[in-house]
Amino acid sequence: MDMLQFPANIAAAAGVNFAAIMPEVILSVIAMALLLVNVFINSEQKAYLGYLSLIGIVVTFFSVVSGWGAPQSGFNNSVLQDNFSLFFKGTFLVSAFLTILITDQYLKREECNWGEIYPLILFATVGMMLMASGTDLMTIFLGLEVLSVSLYVLAGFNRANLKSNEAGLKYFLLGAFSTGFLLYGMALIYGSTGTTRVAAIASYISQNGMVLSNPMLVAGMLLMAVGFSFKIAAAPFHMWTPDVYEGAPTPMTAFMSVGPKAAGFAAFLRVFIVALPAMKADWSELLWVLAVLTMTVGNITALKQTNIKRMLAYSSIAHAGYVLVGFTAGNAVGTAGVLFYMLSYAFMNIGAFAIIVLVGRKGEENNNVSDYAGFGFKHPVLGMCMSIFLFSLAGIPPAAGFIGKFYLFSGAIQAGYVWLAIIGVLNSAASVYYYLRVMVFMYMKDPTEEFDWLAVSPSLALCLLLSVAGVLIPGIVPGTLLDLAQKAILM
Amino acid sequence: METIFFTIVAAVTVLSGIMVVTCRNPINSALSLILTFFCIATLYVTLDAPFMAAVQVLVYAGAIMVLIVFVIMLLNIRSEVGRRYTHAGIIGTVVGFLMLVLTFNFLNNSSLTGAKGLITTDVINKIGHTELIARSMFTDFLLPFEITSILLLVAIIGAVILSKKKI
Amino acid sequence: MGFELFGLPMIYYIAMIVKVLVVFVFVLLTVAYATYAERKIIGHMQVRLGPMRTGWHGLLQPIADGIKLFFKEEIVPSQSDKFAFLLAPIIALIPAFIGFAVIPFGDTIEVMGYKIPLQIAAFYDTAAGKVVDLNVGVLYILALASVGVYGIVLAGWASNSKYSLLGGLRSSAQMISYELAAGLAIISVFMMSESLSLQKIVADQAGFGWYAFKQPLAFILFFICSIAEINRTPFDLPEAETELVSGFCTEYSSMKYAMFFMAEYANMVTVCAVTTTLFLGGWHGPGFLPGWVWFIAKVYFLIFVCMWIRATYPRYRYDQLMRLGWKVFLPLTLLNIVVTGLIAR
Repeated sequence: MDMLQFPANIAAAAGVNFAAIMPEVILSVIAMALLLVNVFINSEQKAYLGYLSLIGIVVTFFSVVSGWGAPQSGFNNSVLQDNFSLFFKGTFLVSAFLTILITDQYLKREECNWGEIYPLILFATVGMMLMASGTDLMTIFLGLEVLSVSLYVLAGFNRANLKSNEAGLKYFLLGAFSTGFLLYGMALIYGSTGTTRVAAIASYISQNGMVLSNPMLVAGMLLMAVGFSFKIAAAPFHMWTPDVYEGAPTPMTAFMSVGPKAAGFAAFLRVFIVALPAMKADWSELLWVLAVLTMTVGNITALKQTNIKRMLAYSSIAHAGYVLVGFTAGNAVGTAGVLFYMLSYAFMNIGAFAIIVLVGRKGEENNNVSDYAGFGFKHPVLGMCMSIFLFSLAGIPPAAGFIGKFYLFSGAIQAGYVWLAIIGVLNSAASVYYYLRVMVFMYMKDPTEEFDWLAVSPSLALCLLLSVAGVLIPGIVPGTLLDLAQKAILM
Repeated sequence: METIFFTIVAAVTVLSGIMVVTCRNPINSALSLILTFFCIATLYVTLDAPFMAAVQVLVYAGAIMVLIVFVIMLLNIRSEVGRRYTHAGIIGTVVGFLMLVLTFNFLNNSSLTGAKGLITTDVINKIGHTELIARSMFTDFLLPFEITSILLLVAIIGAVILSKKKI
Repeated sequence: MGFELFGLPMIYYIAMIVKVLVVFVFVLLTVAYATYAERKIIGHMQVRLGPMRTGWHGLLQPIADGIKLFFKEEIVPSQSDKFAFLLAPIIALIPAFIGFAVIPFGDTIEVMGYKIPLQIAAFYDTAAGKVVDLNVGVLYILALASVGVYGIVLAGWASNSKYSLLGGLRSSAQMISYELAAGLAIISVFMMSESLSLQKIVADQAGFGWYAFKQPLAFILFFICSIAEINRTPFDLPEAETELVSGFCTEYSSMKYAMFFMAEYANMVTVCAVTTTLFLGGWHGPGFLPGWVWFIAKVYFLIFVCMWIRATYPRYRYDQLMRLGWKVFLPLTLLNIVVTGLIAR
């Protein structure tokens, strides 16, 4: 492009292509419309906003499905809507959908029934989608910021609750700190390659091999890895996770542990596999260590937790570790495993959190593992659901969690990381202890409570139904979903 | 002459940057930070980027720092409570020193790599810095620019939700 | 004149220094006599005479005031933050004066074969045959305006007095609010001139194509917001005598107080000069008088309007002020930008 010439057609010069960002556009328009609607309705009617956002998510989902198989690039390669990003977008939409289903009941119970929560969830989803489809470091970064800012607010949404305040503030401070690392890394990569477009970085490195010996590029890669590790809660950058997950409103914890983690992995994968394949030897060493640390720290700390939200927080750290195993492998099976696992993790984790929402009482009471004593007998169906989710989290067949782990670890073995796979399996075995402890309380202790405050609203029931289906169907017949995941991988 | 000028400004920048973290009185820290921003703006001017310089002063020194000073004054923090130099500070110093050594190492060993851009000093003088920024913002980086608007909207909603007395 | 320094002819430096000195002395004089004019004008508007004793019709009053303030006792409160207390008046004064660096106050004049533009931060590019000035002149002025607040805020904080602190807090909130509206108001001017350079903006307004006619709403909003930003009546809440016993400068005396006073009037002169440049055609006017005369005439007229406003309107209440800024001016400026965007292209 000749810089001295004023572009004749700005839209053409900007490479405007709405097809590449259709889901994001639909969802943000709906979120803004909800903000307007919110002004005109009273506090009893806030649930309608939830229903409207569910409709919005379904519409967006159709747009995602219709884009499958037809990659669209736009805005001078700022975004690329390929199968990879579409699969992740589907995952984000599923997690947002399930989260909104359990939000209403929680908000009414905690008396923080403000309609802004729905637009915020939708905006967070938009941010995640941009992270998944961003092929420019700037797009990825801004998507991450949209996501993070929404999450800071969502974590502190229960304003009357001190723990929620603490969660919001802690998440904000540490999140801002980690963003600094990420941005610094991006700046160094830009400095050493002269571009922010992911594909252009890769082609520059492949054409100018000597840049690999530039310490600036290596430092940039390391700092970006640190930044992304914060976002996916990988050890040793996981310190914020337990406090934030415990303090945040339960539905938001469910959302946070699933969607943003998947979005972090999406951007992590995109940047490292597409932009820095030349440094694969370097970063897979790094990820190896991260994966082992994350799995082990998460699982060992989870063993001792009494609060179930905290326990699931550490469990989510451990799950990030399993996914990192597949990422370390970096081959087709491992990467497909990452995609498959993030989707099934959305179902099982949000399902488990739905039960926690049900059992909890006003003021985030009744969240200890011991509070589940006898729950399985008093409410056999709900107990059954919880058991399915816990089995899936532990990776016991026939649940989806098993298939996911199987693919992650077999990817690692194929790539020659046998020890990594062995450590993963050992960790997975250790995790069975704390998942089963909840079931021990549910089925082998005498009830201390009548659980008479439990009221399953229709939306929550729908969430449980969908989650159980989402855990069992891919667990028993994984073919279709795996097929999609394999079509979606980047290689 | 530019070298002498740069040396003076850079020295003041570094010194005021150090003052930000060593001053006991928060207001003095804030003032040092404002000085740092001014010096950075000056460096932008010497780099043929007057727009960046003006925006740096306008946004950072003029708006953000006023808010920071406003908050310090509102809370009326006269001097710091407790000690500033704890074990974390010592570790921080050590890590910071290591980072400094590392940075010097980087700078000494790095060659200038990266694709050359289209915007040279010549182009800046012909077209003007402001227009060049506007052009790349509305062509190459249109999408990030639009995402920023959503980001700001979310931040506004968040600020209202978390801090308004009665929603 | 063959002697060169750093690649530029010597006349360039001489012209620069002369321009700086002339403008500085002129602004100082204007500031001094603006105080006198204000007392006189308000006096006559209220059917009084104003100062009459010192000199003919009190013409020496500003000098007498200056001498008085200079010889007053210097009081520094014992509990104040000494350094910030000293720094505040200086910070208040400097931005008020250096804003003039980018304002073109006349056409290019020719001295000994060299063309010299009547604008401090500009030179005549003989190769290109045009005047080159700071390409972000307007932003420079906005940036300085936003920095000016520190003097007042610091003064309020350093005095360690409740009245001063309240004055400082009010001032910072007020300046941030109105800075935004003022900045947005002049965006429509940029949109029409397609430049941030003040030379270009002035050149566009030649022959009565004043932006005050093309952008009347922006003109009025910018002028009001600027008055609010420099804390003039009816927006002088930071120093409201009746409630805050002159607010941020309660504890100041002698020369330091005089510096705040000068800063306030210098700010007024700057704002009027900026408004003239942006909206009233700068130095353009009918050809029978040189450009700089027109410029001074327009600036003085605006200064007169400021004083007129002071004599006419009562002070706003604080919440009214905030409501006006955020709920009236800000939406109006945004609307103005949208309308300009739709019409201008």
